[in-house]
Amino acid sequence: MSQSGTRKLDWQSKEMQARVRRRYVRERRFRRVGLGAVIIAASFLAFLLFTITSNGIGGFRRAELALDLNYDPAILGIQASDSSEEAAATAVSRADFRPLLASAAQAQLGDSSLVSEGAWLAVRDQVVEDPSLIGTTQRVWVVGAPNMDILAKGQVDFDLAPDRRGVSTATVAAYRTLREEGRIRLAFNSGFLTQADSTNSELAGIWGALIGSILTMAITLGISFPLGVMTAVYLEEYAPKNKLTDIIEVSINNLAAVPSIIFGLLGLAVFLNTFGMQRSAPVVGGLTLALMTLPVIVISSRVALKSVPPSIRDAALGIGASRLQVILHHLIPVALPGILTGTIIGLSRALGETAPLLLIGMRAFVSDVPEGVTEPATVLPVQIFLWSDEVGRGFVEKTSAAIMVLLTVLLSMNAVAIYLRNKFERRW
Amino acid sequence: MSLGAFALVLLALATLSYVAARARARAFKVDSHHHVHSRPSYHGLRAGLTALVPAGLLILAWGIVGDGVVAEQTLSQLPEASRPAPGLDKQAFLNEVRGVVSGELPAAFRPAANEAVPIYRSTQQSWTLLIGGLAVLLALIGGGYAWLRTAPDVRARTQVEMFATVVLALASLIAILTTLGIVLSLLYESLEFFSRVNPLEFIFGTQWSPQTAIRADQVGSSGAFGAVPLFWGTIFIGAIIAMLVAIPLGLMAAIYLTQYARSSTRKILKPLLEILAGVPTVVYGYFAALTVAPAVRDLAISVGIESASSESALAAGSVMGIMIIPFISSMADDALSSVPGAMRDGSFALGATSSETIKRVLVPAALPGIVGGVLLAISRAIGETMIVVMAAGQAANLTANPLESVTTVTAQIVQLLTGDQEFDSAKTLSAFALGLVLFIVTLMLNIYALTVVKRYREAYE
Repeated sequence: MSQSGTRKLDWQSKEMQARVRRRYVRERRFRRVGLGAVIIAASFLAFLLFTITSNGIGGFRRAELALDLNYDPAILGIQASDSSEEAAATAVSRADFRPLLASAAQAQLGDSSLVSEGAWLAVRDQVVEDPSLIGTTQRVWVVGAPNMDILAKGQVDFDLAPDRRGVSTATVAAYRTLREEGRIRLAFNSGFLTQADSTNSELAGIWGALIGSILTMAITLGISFPLGVMTAVYLEEYAPKNKLTDIIEVSINNLAAVPSIIFGLLGLAVFLNTFGMQRSAPVVGGLTLALMTLPVIVISSRVALKSVPPSIRDAALGIGASRLQVILHHLIPVALPGILTGTIIGLSRALGETAPLLLIGMRAFVSDVPEGVTEPATVLPVQIFLWSDEVGRGFVEKTSAAIMVLLTVLLSMNAVAIYLRNKFERRW
Repeated sequence: MSLGAFALVLLALATLSYVAARARARAFKVDSHHHVHSRPSYHGLRAGLTALVPAGLLILAWGIVGDGVVAEQTLSQLPEASRPAPGLDKQAFLNEVRGVVSGELPAAFRPAANEAVPIYRSTQQSWTLLIGGLAVLLALIGGGYAWLRTAPDVRARTQVEMFATVVLALASLIAILTTLGIVLSLLYESLEFFSRVNPLEFIFGTQWSPQTAIRADQVGSSGAFGAVPLFWGTIFIGAIIAMLVAIPLGLMAAIYLTQYARSSTRKILKPLLEILAGVPTVVYGYFAALTVAPAVRDLAISVGIESASSESALAAGSVMGIMIIPFISSMADDALSSVPGAMRDGSFALGATSSETIKRVLVPAALPGIVGGVLLAISRAIGETMIVVMAAGQAANLTANPLESVTTVTAQIVQLLTGDQEFDSAKTLSAFALGLVLFIVTLMLNIYALTVVKRYREAYE
């Protein structure tokens, strides 16, 4: 290509060489910009995960204080006359452990406010489990107050003036004494994973929200999976080409793109106000999220059904199988990995959804673990939202820790989906 | 006996019909003179379904309307004085009564509710017996009839298949019902709202302060429902700031991943982007509120802008933009890869570098697809809720300053509907009007974007 038009181009000339160089520089720059965009996105993800983890890792540990507790029946208000086992058990479960803890903390630590306000609950549960403890003296590790927590985790900035640290000098002194005596420790926060919400940050746990999420997801899956697969089968295998089918298809495609909060409005107007269902109940949340998940499952199931080669269908029909048999015995088994992948992805989206559930009242403060789908409950993302609004310092790490749990669940669900897709995906 | 027990009886009856009819069908003589239309299990299924379906529908219908019927009857049997007022009071009253009946509450707080408990219980009991008995009778008749009619020439398989088709078709109607439900509930509540507030004022008014409108009679004159600041906030955050972040990053990421990256690199980077898409929005919101917003404020203060708010449009919008990156990138990916290879090869053959090919050939050719993707991304961004609820604030400012706090349609919907309030107030109803606007706008954007994308794909096919 030495000839271009009438002018002869000298590619070896300095001018042309410089021009080519410039073009290559531009090429490299463009490429670097592209790489930069990917790196920015990835480093944002890394930064997000890092921030959440470094904030949240403390939420899995809590400060505990050693107390020598004398389970004196007199202080607990348990009569010796409660001789029958059952009566004794009820007496213990009704006994007030607060004075016992307060006096022990006052005597041994010098300040009863160093112990968490709710520490007596765990102590009571221990005694309920083992009534023979009554009358004995035991060394027990009880949950510390929030200021003990932040001191033990080194979250107090001692460079600040004493009045701006958020903890009084007396408390710091008390903490230092306790540490020298070995009466304070940082232990795994078992309560975080086994208890429900609480107004005390050191006692708040995610178990209640996790159960709420599981109940809600059970309803969502139970409704959207069968309905979604049935719709997909109908549209792929039965539906005649007519107006109604078109309307169904348009509806599904639009529903997939409707903002999730609109489903919350739907749930509020239809399930709560028209049908009068229970506010805050997992069954309403599950129904609402099922309607949101349905189009995702339908669309992915249709893709999966479409990718089944026609030869399988024809062969089955050829040897006399009915349409239903073709579907149940051949199409669905072959398409199942694709259907399941879509279902898991839809479900993981529903699991992380917050906004529609806020509207149907699943933001109630629920301090009990829900036992059924009609009881007030909250779910993990809503719990995160609620805690993020709390002013207490301990809730920051609780929020991040809850996010860690949620992300772990979601990422493992996605990993399962990817695994399924790679393992069972067949190319025909 | 509870309704659940009756349902179990029904299942047992259906199974029985199935087994009996199948056994009967198995005994058919089959030889060259006697043709049997269907296999025995189809006869069984037919009988089982005839027993189960009508009775099951009856029980299901009662399960839905039953509580209401029982409640009405109970209330009508109560003396006039102890009946609760309609509305919320009635709801609370009934909740108490039901709580006691189901054993969740030891006793009701209101004496009248305690009075109603035995009436409720006995009404419920008799209705349950009636409906359950009817259902069992239906099942017996249906199963028995099908069993009697089990004959070699009965087209059991065709009937079962027909039934399955009908069930599948009904399932697919749920999508239409959902859409209808959304449209009707939004429309109904919005009309209610517009009967109290002038629609023109809602769409063109620039004052938004629903909190002041406590009494319904104040609303019309107070002019507190002008939604323009909300619309502006939504566009400002979702369509401007978020897109300024998401479009360049998403597009460049897609270009790099599809045109430059080696497949091994792509295998690592693409899932990373997908993780970004899988992070729940509440997590982004928390991150925006906890980390990004204070950083933005500190930065603004350090360059001398003292008035910077701790909740800013910039923080919410940029985090939202990051969230949208994977979405834009995958749409751009699709658009770029559907440009015919010949165009790319032609450009290379003329001596263009990769970047020249991308900038002058691929992107212009894929532009409609990319624009469609961006429109879809905008529709997603303006419907996004949690980030703006947590990081953008609640102040309805009409401002173009990204460091100020603005609020959006979605944030206001949440704000309006999560307090304790009467359902029927203009304040609550306005949330539905906002929802209707949001629904219509996102729907238009989606339909338009999908048409653009579709037409573009067809152009190259």
